[in-house]
Amino acid sequence: MSIHTAIPAHLPARTALHERRRLTERLVGAVLFACAIVSLITTVGIILVLIVETAGFFQEVSLRDFFGDTQWTPLFAKKHFGIWALVAGTALTSAIAVFTAVPLGLLAAAYLSEFAEERVRRVLKPIMEILAGIPTVVYGYFALTFVTPLLQKVVPGLAGFNALSPGLVMGIMIFPTIASLSEDALYAVPTSLREAAYALGATRLATTFRVVIPSAFSGIVAAIILGVSRAVGETMIVTIAAGQQPRFTFDPRVPVETMTAYIVQVSLGDTPTGTLEFRTIFAVGMMLFVFTLALNMVAHRLRQHILKGSLW
Amino acid sequence: MEHALKTPRETSSPDPTRRPQTVVRPAEESGTPQVKMRTELLRAWFGPTEVLKGISLPILKNRVTAIIGPSGCGKSTLLRCLNRMHEVVPGARVEGKAYLDEQNIYEASVNPIRVRQRIGMVFQKANPFPTMSIRNNVLAGLRLQGVRPRSPDELVEKALRQAALWDEVKDILDRSGVSLSGGQQQRLCIARALVLEPEVLLMDEPCSALDPIATAKIEDLIYELRNSYTVVIVTHNMQQAARVADFTAFLYLGELIEYDKTDTIFRTPRDPRTEAYITGRFG
Repeated sequence: MSIHTAIPAHLPARTALHERRRLTERLVGAVLFACAIVSLITTVGIILVLIVETAGFFQEVSLRDFFGDTQWTPLFAKKHFGIWALVAGTALTSAIAVFTAVPLGLLAAAYLSEFAEERVRRVLKPIMEILAGIPTVVYGYFALTFVTPLLQKVVPGLAGFNALSPGLVMGIMIFPTIASLSEDALYAVPTSLREAAYALGATRLATTFRVVIPSAFSGIVAAIILGVSRAVGETMIVTIAAGQQPRFTFDPRVPVETMTAYIVQVSLGDTPTGTLEFRTIFAVGMMLFVFTLALNMVAHRLRQHILKGSLW
Repeated sequence: MEHALKTPRETSSPDPTRRPQTVVRPAEESGTPQVKMRTELLRAWFGPTEVLKGISLPILKNRVTAIIGPSGCGKSTLLRCLNRMHEVVPGARVEGKAYLDEQNIYEASVNPIRVRQRIGMVFQKANPFPTMSIRNNVLAGLRLQGVRPRSPDELVEKALRQAALWDEVKDILDRSGVSLSGGQQQRLCIARALVLEPEVLLMDEPCSALDPIATAKIEDLIYELRNSYTVVIVTHNMQQAARVADFTAFLYLGELIEYDKTDTIFRTPRDPRTEAYITGRFG
């Protein structure tokens, strides 16, 4: 027991003052606990709503129709509930975003951490992080009104709404996140490892790519996964620039609809609550939730593997 | 046969009152050895602080040279100037000359990477690459230089044997380098440096984080290494300098106070500051 909390045995243990202090302490503790529990309750609440509504949805639509079909037309007269059409839209736009952002982000991080002078780093990194603060609706219009017309000049057959343009713009949106977090991970690699490599006659390039980046791998993976989750969950850019046509395709030139964009479409439209059509958004939301949860779990597992050193 | 006289294992309970035992040299070695490296008025700074104030020191071939001195005297900096590692630290600067086989390594035309390929280094704290296995740690220098060895397994075994680590790790070569004990990690780092067959091996207090048994192993190793390498060792441990070094340089406040045969430095130092330091009156 520390000397600060020890109460001398010869003093009366429960004076009025002491009693009041104890009460205050307990009150403060309770308030803080309540604050902490809010996040837990919210999470549990959201998951419960998702489960209940999704269960309601699946009482009317069979799992077979949901997972065994590639057409998604719940708002039409001839209804199809093939979720893969929306999953494909999300996967396609996210994949384009990731293939744009990961190489760009990693190279930027490597430059800032290993090559840039401290002065340059201190200026560039905050500027890059400002990119992450641009509202996504701005990115959406940027994709629709600037990037798409530009791409149409070089990509033949590119529709006005397509997966390519919002994918690329999403890549630009998540690039600062990946670059900044990866840079943190690289910067945290102990100098002793860089010195070890230099002392072995390694160039700065070899040191960066064969010692520093592998050593920071778990941090980089975490950064990439976070970027991917943001791309999967990103709503505004794809709603604006990808079109709203659920389509099971991996052709980046044609209009698609992502899971998030579909939820927006139904929430903003005149679909009455409580109907099957309305419930679809919970089923789609559940899918989205499962996806991001799986991503996080993969990231976690990967980290564990790397920490144990079993990947090398 | 005079090798038998050599007893470098005195680490377990160094008696501070006893004079450190010095190394007895085989007679054929007493001729004048070649100079492998030498510094000429070498000065070094960290930012505005001058840590080396004009050091001129020879380093003899196939001999062990110890650099001793109290903390902050610049001994590690001097060592790091010998393979151009000092300038890796932001804000660090070097002036003066350091010759390797009569080539000034600070000349503008000299590539520091080439210098470091010829002069190996072992650090105070063992720093094996955590993402690599024991085997790949040994081969790391070659791989980082873009060399693909033709028989890597032989090289690994040879280097680990030289570093007196082979018997302990030969069955676990695929385990991570950081799974070893501190002393084993340090010997792994020595093997990693030796596989490149450097002409000079710089060691910066290689035993300061190790227990007496591991220290004894590394000291034995250093004694063996002098047959094929030129070794420079920085140490704060005077007994260690006395045990392993042929020559000793005493640095104080960034200046070279005295350089001589280890025996002379410890038995009959000329400078009162050297005597004060080795008899433990400051440091």
